[in-house]
Amino acid sequence: MDQKMDFNAPHSMGTTIIGVTYNGGVVLGADSRTSTGVYVANRASDKITKLTDNVYVCRSGSAADSQVVSDYVTYFLHQHTIQLGQPATVKVAANLVRLLSYNNKNFLETGLIVGGWDKYEGGQIYGVPLGGTIVQQPFAIGGSGSSYLYGFFDQAWKEGMTKEEAEDLVKKAVSLAIARDGASGGVVRTVIINSEGVTRNFYPGDQLPLWHEELEPHNSLLDILGAPEPMNI
Amino acid sequence: MASNSDSVSDTQRTLYPYVTGTSVVALKYKDGILMAADMGGSYGSTLRYKSIDRLRPIGKHSLLGASGEISDFQEILRYLDELILYDNMWDDGNSLGPKEVHNYLTRVMYNRRNKFNPLWNALVLGGVKNGQKYLGMVNMIGINFEDNHVATGLGNHLTRPILRDEWHENLTFEEGVKLLEKCMRVLLYRDRSAVNKIQISKITEEGATLFPPYSLKTYWEFAAFKNPTVGAEGSW
Repeated sequence: MDQKMDFNAPHSMGTTIIGVTYNGGVVLGADSRTSTGVYVANRASDKITKLTDNVYVCRSGSAADSQVVSDYVTYFLHQHTIQLGQPATVKVAANLVRLLSYNNKNFLETGLIVGGWDKYEGGQIYGVPLGGTIVQQPFAIGGSGSSYLYGFFDQAWKEGMTKEEAEDLVKKAVSLAIARDGASGGVVRTVIINSEGVTRNFYPGDQLPLWHEELEPHNSLLDILGAPEPMNI
Repeated sequence: MASNSDSVSDTQRTLYPYVTGTSVVALKYKDGILMAADMGGSYGSTLRYKSIDRLRPIGKHSLLGASGEISDFQEILRYLDELILYDNMWDDGNSLGPKEVHNYLTRVMYNRRNKFNPLWNALVLGGVKNGQKYLGMVNMIGINFEDNHVATGLGNHLTRPILRDEWHENLTFEEGVKLLEKCMRVLLYRDRSAVNKIQISKITEEGATLFPPYSLKTYWEFAAFKNPTVGAEGSW
């Protein structure tokens, strides 16, 4: 299998992205793999991007398309906040994302999950998939890795979780998707947004549970064998 | 911000749908129109969204049901919002009836089709104004007509035959609902994009009522289902 690596293939974030509401706010989560064909161009990308202090977006699909949409929305929201005189609402942010996605649907290939907190409606999650549909949901999943999570969420999701339960659910879910989706990998990043502010968390592989057929990582076989290291004086 | 009708750079532009809703079924009954649709939004073969509202009241006299691309349906709702707003702003005591709304939609759909940039939907528009019941349909290529009962998508093939047989003038509300439920149950059995969460809504002279979503019971107790190969061992 001698595959020629196409370094000029479009950068796509295979991706697993998740947004979950809990009683008090939202938790956003994502993996960190950006691939160019089969090569992993960035193994520690940050797919959870700030739109405003209180609204973040999870990006999936084409890296370029999702970045440019995020940039435009950040720019518009900045002006909107100045004109409004107070923080933008999550609904406005999500609808700006929708406008760009819908009006440029022939050119864009990006699925986004907008999540945040505002004083009017509290924590909200909006899914904006390919095509520019906007759907408010109690939780949303997206990206290629999400295929493996529909069943998991059907079973594990419940209304009125605490912040800790919600973050655990997101961590577990991204980790499960990474286990099965070749286009997702790296670390799990989460962002928690509520009335108190924003908390970013970072979970590398060794801090995540092991799944079926996965083994404990070691530095070397030699540690396992328990044999004294050779060349001991 | 580019718009998706840039006629300079794009010589062809028939798109493809991403998130789609399946059939809508509607019929005229004694007091007005009854309409039904499920709450599913499919993403290809995945039943991705299960709480999408595909039936909406428009103004005082109409109900709109949509199948096809949901983002285009959401855009149509915005166009209609503006239409109704302007109608209200005249403040002249007149209000757009279902016939007018259907006509507006037909023009929008047909003109988009002519520019090879269709809104990928099949719409059902029903309503009552001044005692006159109206039920019509328009789709992405601009085909439009009115009838006593209409359906979109697979509903055309599976439910219209049932309606042709069992519909009659002056159905009561109960009879209408039972008939619609019979249609929706068939779609649940035979349409793979169907989702078991139905919304029924009615519109009468008094206005629109959207009933809460609910699920239908299904029947699987046929002897032939339990033992399909009895009497023909070795077959499947």
